[in-house]
Parts: sequence; C-alpha cells; structure tokens
Amino acid sequence: MKVLIKNAFLVDPQVNLNTQSDLLIEDGKISKIDTSIKDKVDEVFDFKNLVIVPGLADVHVHLREPGREDEETVQTGIAAGMNGGFTALCCMPNTEPAIDCAEVVTFVKDRAANSLVDVYPIGAVTKKREGKELALLGEMYEAGVVGFSDDGDPVSTSKIMKYALEYSSMFDLPIIEHCEDKSLTENGVMNESVNSTKFGLPPHPSLAEVIIALRDIAILKYTGGKLHLAHISAKETVDVLRQAKKDGLNITGEITPHHFSLTDEAVASYDTNTKVNPPLRTEEDVDALISALKDGTIDIIASDHAPHSIEEKEWEYIYAPFGMIGLETSVGLTLTKLYHNKILSLDEIIFKMSINPRKIFKLRDAIIKPDSLANLTILDLDKEWIVDKFSFKSKSINTPFHGWKLKGKSVGVINNSKFFFEDNLIDLI
Amino acid sequence: MLSSRHLLGLYGVPKKDIELILDTAKTFREIIERPIKKVPTLQGKTVVNLFFESSTRTRISFELAEKRLSADVLNFSASTSSLTKGETLKDTVRNIEAMKIDMVVIRHSAAGSPHYLTQLIDANVINAGDGSHEHPTQALLDMYTIREKMGKIEGLNVCIVGDISHSRVAMSNIFGLLTMGANVAVCGPKTMIPKDLEKLGVTCFTNIDDAIKFADVLNILRIQLERGAASNFPSLREYHRLYGITKERLMKHKKDILIMHPGPINRGVELSSDVADGSNSVILEQVTNGVAVRMAVLYLIGTRTEEN
Repeated sequence: MKVLIKNAFLVDPQVNLNTQSDLLIEDGKISKIDTSIKDKVDEVFDFKNLVIVPGLADVHVHLREPGREDEETVQTGIAAGMNGGFTALCCMPNTEPAIDCAEVVTFVKDRAANSLVDVYPIGAVTKKREGKELALLGEMYEAGVVGFSDDGDPVSTSKIMKYALEYSSMFDLPIIEHCEDKSLTENGVMNESVNSTKFGLPPHPSLAEVIIALRDIAILKYTGGKLHLAHISAKETVDVLRQAKKDGLNITGEITPHHFSLTDEAVASYDTNTKVNPPLRTEEDVDALISALKDGTIDIIASDHAPHSIEEKEWEYIYAPFGMIGLETSVGLTLTKLYHNKILSLDEIIFKMSINPRKIFKLRDAIIKPDSLANLTILDLDKEWIVDKFSFKSKSINTPFHGWKLKGKSVGVINNSKFFFEDNLIDLI
Repeated sequence: MLSSRHLLGLYGVPKKDIELILDTAKTFREIIERPIKKVPTLQGKTVVNLFFESSTRTRISFELAEKRLSADVLNFSASTSSLTKGETLKDTVRNIEAMKIDMVVIRHSAAGSPHYLTQLIDANVINAGDGSHEHPTQALLDMYTIREKMGKIEGLNVCIVGDISHSRVAMSNIFGLLTMGANVAVCGPKTMIPKDLEKLGVTCFTNIDDAIKFADVLNILRIQLERGAASNFPSLREYHRLYGITKERLMKHKKDILIMHPGPINRGVELSSDVADGSNSVILEQVTNGVAVRMAVLYLIGTRTEEN
C-alpha cells in the first residue's frame, strides 16, 4: 500500500532534516522524500502545519501485566502510548510475578506482538525483586530485555549493585537505578521542605536520592558497566550525575515531565494523584532539572507511567500508593513547558525523547530517510488542548494534570506498517 | 462571619476570623461559669465526633461544647468502627452523612484527612487533629489563654518547646500566632525541629536557656513516651536534662513566664511538678478555655449562612 503524506514539516537531526516536504510510505517503509511527489498512491494525507519526527520512545513505563490487569495491560498501555505519541515503550519489571526470568519476558513480548508500538521489557535485577540474589540476567538478555532494574525499589545493597554492574556488563546492558535510601524515606510521602512541615506529611528527603546515586557511582567506577539513573528529581543528584559524566563514567540519566512541571506546592490539595516516588520537589530542583536538560546532563525524558486503580488512590494521602500516569500527557507537557517556553529546541526534544533513549537502550532506530522503516510521530506543535483524563486510552486515570491547558500534542504515530491517526488504526500493507 | 464554612487548620485563616473566634469564646466563657450552662444555639443540629485516633480530652471537650450548645451529638470512634472491616474513609463518612448530619468533628492520624472529607461530604468539617499537620482548636484555646493572661498577643514572645516535627499543636500555634503578630520561636533538639522551619518566620533555639531568655510565654509540648527513646532523641532522662522546664532553671532568669501545656503532662520529663503546679502555670485554665473556644467555633460555623 502506498501512502502519501503531503506538506508536512519533517524534522530529524540524525540526518540534518528540517524542511517542509512530501513523504511517500510504501508498505510501511519510507520510499521517497521530496518537495512534490506526484506518484499514484492509495491514500493521501495533507499534513500542512504538522511536524513529523522520528518515533518517540518512553523508556520508563509500568504496564502492570502480568498481575494487575485491572490497572493496565500491555495492550491498553500500547493504546495509551499510541495516543500519547510513542512508538516504543520499555516496561518495568515490578509486575506480579516480576519480570525476572525468560518466561515472563516472553509472555510480555507475546502480549505486545503485532502491535504498532514496540514493547521492550526490562528485567529485574534480583529474583522476585527481593534484593537478595541476582535474577537470571543472562537468560533474560537472550529473551530480549534492554536493561535491568528493581525499579520501585533501589538495588538493595552495595554488594548486589556491584554484582549487577559486573554481570550486566557482559551483555552491555544498563542497570537502571531507582535512587532511594529507604532508611531515610521510611514512611515519607512528600519532599522534605518547608511544605512537608506546613502540610504535616512525613518527609521523603532528596538526600535519600543523592546518597544512592553516590553509592552507585562509586561502584560504577570500581566495576565498569553501564548505569542509568531513573526519574531524577533533585538538584543534588543532577550535580553528581554531571560530575560523573565529566569523570568519563558510562552513566546516563532521565527525568519525568511531572518533575519539571510541578513542585511540592501541588501537594497542598492532598490530591493523592500528586503522590509519586520520587516526590515532587521544589522550584530550585525544577530549575536544576531544566538546566541539566539543556546542558546535556539529562539524556532522556521518560514518563514513569504508573497506573493505579481509583480504589487504590481514594485513600488518605499517607495510605495511597505512589505513582501517576504519564503516557498521554508527556508530549503535551514537554512541548508546553520546554518547547514553547524556549528551553529546548525541537531538535533537542527529539534527542531526549527518541534518539537518546533508542541509543542508550539499544532499541530499534527511528530515522527519517528513504529505505528506513517508517517509525514516526506526528506532532501538532501549536494545538491547544485541555487534558481530559476520561478520554485517555490508559485503563487508569490517576493524573494530577486533569483540566490543564496544554499547547502541543501528538496527533498520530506510524510504525510496524501501522498508522494510528484520528483514533483509527490503519494497516499500511 | 468566618471566611470559611470549615475549620481545617489555622494556616491562611485571616486575623479577623481568629479575633472573631476569640471574642465569641469570651462570651461562652462567661456562660459556662453560670449555674445553667446550656444555650439553645445549635438546637436541631446534629454533630458527629469522628475519632479515628484515640483521644479523651479533645473528644470530651468537643462533646461538652456541643451539648452546651444543645446540639444532638453522635460519637464514632475507631475501636467500634467499620474501619477494621476494611471500609474506606470515603464509605464510612458517606454512610454517616446519609443519616443527615450537619457537622463533623474529625480526629485522624493521617494529615489532610479533614481536607479529603470536605471533598466527600457537604457537612461542615472541624479538624480536631490530623496527623502531624494541624490541631486548630488547641491553638485557638492557647491563644485565648495568652490573650486573657497577657492582655494581648501581638508583640509577645512565644516559644514552643519539644518535639516540633511531630506536633500538630506546634504547627497550628505557629500559624495562628504569626497571623496575630506574635514573635514565635521553637526550642528542642535539632532532630525534633523540621527542616526549613525558619522559612515560616520562626526562630529556632536548641538551647533551652536561650529560649527562656527570649520568652514571655512557654508552651511546652508533651514528649510522647509511647514513641520511646529509639527514634529522634536518645532517652527521656537526657531530654529532661537538656530541655526539662524546672523551677531551678526558670529562677535563673528572674522573670515571670506564662507556662502552658496542651496535656497530658509527663511530670518529670518535659515539666517538673513544681512548675506544672506553680503560680505561673495556666494548664488547667487552658482546659476550661478549650470548651469555650470549641463552643465558639461550633457556633460560628454551625450558624454561618452562605452568601449567594
């Protein structure tokens, strides 16, 4: 099948592409890029005023399957991903059972088979995520995981972290760390600041994050391997990551849209949708995260999409679980807060949301050039829209952004010879 | 009229509201000295005391205040509740509200529960203590007592002594006293003073003699024995040695300081008996004033009419 996309603005810094052009897709592959394509085709889309970029990847999502299919499944996660503008998702292993052996890896991949979105499982570092013994990293590598993490919890001890970095280096895969010294966070539910004092909520200090980052960096220096720091939220952590990169270590870092869009002031409402781990921090932290995005210290923007049922979130603040969904607000928040506020250029956003994540986790490339698979995200940069959680494709609605007015949205994705546009899934073969 | 139909805390409550409550309490304080202590003000209103955390004093004080205002009173406590059956706070309060009630007085171990409640039900909500967050009626009765004894609040040096980081009494006092123009300080071991408290405009002392030197009023908090010595201070003995208020310690400073305590007292820990029972102690008056202040709060909220 031949599909012609006319008048779109194509942007891909990998091939220095930044131009208005037509794009011909044949059986799911890019066959021609030219200012005026006259071929006879099966279908034509006029994408004037829209921007086409390499397919975006979210390397930090919780798809909850197996185990909590009431909150999300691989398929509803894929639907949320398509709706949010993503063609690749890396899913965390804190499922029930945990993704800690080849069988569960294969199970998750099977659930995602033949989808527009590529789903790449991440394996647990330790068996059942218990922090006691290394999980079957080698067999999971063979089954196709792209990294290892005990996310939700930190890698339990220095010893396990040392083994994990040594062992994973044999497969050249990163260990993804959830930095949290649990002895400091205990029952903490929000950032320790003047606001935790004002709101009377148990504190979860940023100190807990930087301590584990420092521990892991010391181990990384000793062992080698690859370390990726997930959902960095604190200024101090950014500073140690920047230094570690200067020291030439093989280390990368990611932040979430909610950590650069909100501060701990949002907790004033006691809305349990603002309860996340790591917690929302201060204005000073947000400024540090944004500087780190600009100077390249932070490589990736990822959502930490964490679905929870209404029943679980409708509790007193201290009892509700941590987490908010993010797949369907990630692009909107990034474009609103970073692109329209002139903090990052579109090229830089493509690096943080497509090129870097694909490189660091060795996902399939997404590149806008002839003969490549059409793996694309279509953006309407100036579209103003209001977040409506009830219109989400995700099975859960735990977001604090409901009702927010955002500028910029993904309006479609193309990958694996499938085209998701205006709520329709079109086969391109 | 009060600015809000609920009393969730003293943070952000305007000065005129606090003054209105304290002035109204003065009237009720006179009424409860009369042989007939009951007024018909809240006749026909139903108030539920929803206590998810054990409490004797606060609950009795509220109950007495409600009864003296002629409200119908219902007591609900966690030990007899459905919570042990796994019912959520949401379902519990919606069930109670379905029985047509007008006001809820809530005590809960989770900060923010009263705020959550206002989203679930239409009744007026009064916070009787939520976690380490706020305990507004305690602070109001403390301020009432200070005003009665010292003639004013503005410009006074008030120091709160003890475990500030776990104290809702401290937080409500800080917010209320700052609004009323007092100079507010806290004193306690560094491990018991929450981070960035100075940002609220509070002076922090770690040396008790500095605090005594500063203070016109000392509000001494209860050290929670049940917390034990294992957490943020080494032992009760050491606490008493460093922070216990004794006559000997006060004598060194040769000035009259008003001594307050929200109760119950651990004699010999945060306060020695000679100070607790001494001439500057107003601890029992606080208890009496508490009933009047709670009557004022219930009255002002219960008879408030919404402007359209």
